[in-house]
Amino acid sequence: MLAAIGVAGVEQLFDEIPPELRARPLELPEGLSEMAAARLMAERAEHNRPLLCFTGAGAYDHHIPAAVWEIAQRGEFYSSYTPYQAEASQGTLQVLYEYQSMMAGLTGLEVSNGSLYDGASALAEAILMALRINPRKRRILLPRNVHPAYRKVVRTLVSHQQVELIELPFDPAEGRLDPAVLGDYEGMEATALVVPQPNFFGVLEEVDALTDWANRNGALAIGLVNPVSLGLLKPPGAWGAEGAALACGDGQPFGAPLNGGGPYFGFLCCRKRDIHQLPGRLVGATVDRDGKPGFTLTLQAREQHIRRAKATSNICTNQGLLATAAAIHLTLLGPEGLRRTALQCHGQTRKLAARLSRIAGVEPLFTGPYFHEWAYRLNRPAGGVLDRLMAEGLLAGCELSRDYPQLGSAILTCATETRDDADIEAYAVALERALAS
Amino acid sequence: MSTFPSDLKYAKSHEWARSAPDGTVTVGITDHAQEQLGDIVYIELPVAGRAVKAGESCAVIESVKAASDIYSPVSGTITEVNAELADSPESVNRDAYAGWLFKVQSSDPSELAALLDADGYRASIGE
Repeated sequence: MLAAIGVAGVEQLFDEIPPELRARPLELPEGLSEMAAARLMAERAEHNRPLLCFTGAGAYDHHIPAAVWEIAQRGEFYSSYTPYQAEASQGTLQVLYEYQSMMAGLTGLEVSNGSLYDGASALAEAILMALRINPRKRRILLPRNVHPAYRKVVRTLVSHQQVELIELPFDPAEGRLDPAVLGDYEGMEATALVVPQPNFFGVLEEVDALTDWANRNGALAIGLVNPVSLGLLKPPGAWGAEGAALACGDGQPFGAPLNGGGPYFGFLCCRKRDIHQLPGRLVGATVDRDGKPGFTLTLQAREQHIRRAKATSNICTNQGLLATAAAIHLTLLGPEGLRRTALQCHGQTRKLAARLSRIAGVEPLFTGPYFHEWAYRLNRPAGGVLDRLMAEGLLAGCELSRDYPQLGSAILTCATETRDDADIEAYAVALERALAS
Repeated sequence: MSTFPSDLKYAKSHEWARSAPDGTVTVGITDHAQEQLGDIVYIELPVAGRAVKAGESCAVIESVKAASDIYSPVSGTITEVNAELADSPESVNRDAYAGWLFKVQSSDPSELAALLDADGYRASIGE
């Protein structure tokens, strides 16, 4: 084949790539037999220790009913592959259609795509979508209390698209945006304002005031939401007088185990009038030529297998399996189950906050209302305390000073419905010991 | 068999242009183009007031099998778009020469003269 195309060797095909960018040869040991590999993995797995998880910061330890993965792992669903229309069964399409319907209902918007990679890339896609809907000055207002990793991903994905990302300060006492500071950003013709709910610190934003400000100033409001919180809180589509135009976030709390940080999935919802700017797969309900109901991928001209360079996104996939698990998870919970889960998360976090606040050397970091995460300040370096708690079997939280040095020694912690009162007491007692030593 | 009205000018990229005495040029896609695209499901139009250069992409037609950029055949300012296409994009399939897309106030009359005539366009697509 090389001779046929007039090339001396495989290496020559890579001449375009400058030598300094080429991958260096990997220094790998010889391959292992299946038996040896299984033994090695078993030995490595013994280093895993079960930890009582009080850490959120973007990934949440929720109870996943056994039926979720029992169903999702059936042969009809279980694939990492995202099928094209000609390969997709009606069952696969229907479950994605149901997923979309549930997410649209939860966010209070009309349309959901069939999912995206994760929450961070969903936010980046929402921002790129906002730039297509509302070009203006290509300025995006991004609060500093949006997840630090999300802000990095957004910066990476939009950095070559002539977009100005303007980071908004949060109120250091409340931990949330003060809508009054937005006065400084009037008249700059921003494309969109990102509104996190809850924000990275778990604090609830004044979403109505922020959304109204955006709509009044010709900017789109992008709701970045924790999907479990929507069991209790007002959906983005109902924020303020006119609602947020877009809602996005990470769907991990719906059926995805924590694993090692993935795979999770992202969601992105919009109004029907903006559907042609929505990236990703979309399943529609239709009828066949005999009038029988059916499901089909639709509006595919948005996608890169039809439109190539001008597609709405060149990250052209959905997280089919994770979205399937989410649809099953939500079906099992139902609206009332989701509401009770959210309520339980909030209630346990309130108990945790109240209990830890009684410990000498611990004080609440922020005064703003919170959902299921709560941050506290310590009178000594947080890293050492977290290490001690880890030694006692507790994953006690996320050290905030890595991303927010100005907040001092502070820990962001989380209690979901899986943390009962005894767990909370165990955390408090271990923390008391750590601070007394 | 496609039709090629002789009073129009044509671009190789399959747009037609009809000029009015006041310098306004109405733009659509040719009958041949709509045949090739198949059923049109959505048309994204530019905003009135936008300045365009000849050959610049300023609209998109989505059909069931493709999405195609539409190029302005002349330079100038978009003065009007056919808002009826939002609800009935299929009218371009019904009659490509009635289903216009947008109007441009042309800034350079020589560009219009340089476009193909009906016979030239017919030859360019091999019909």
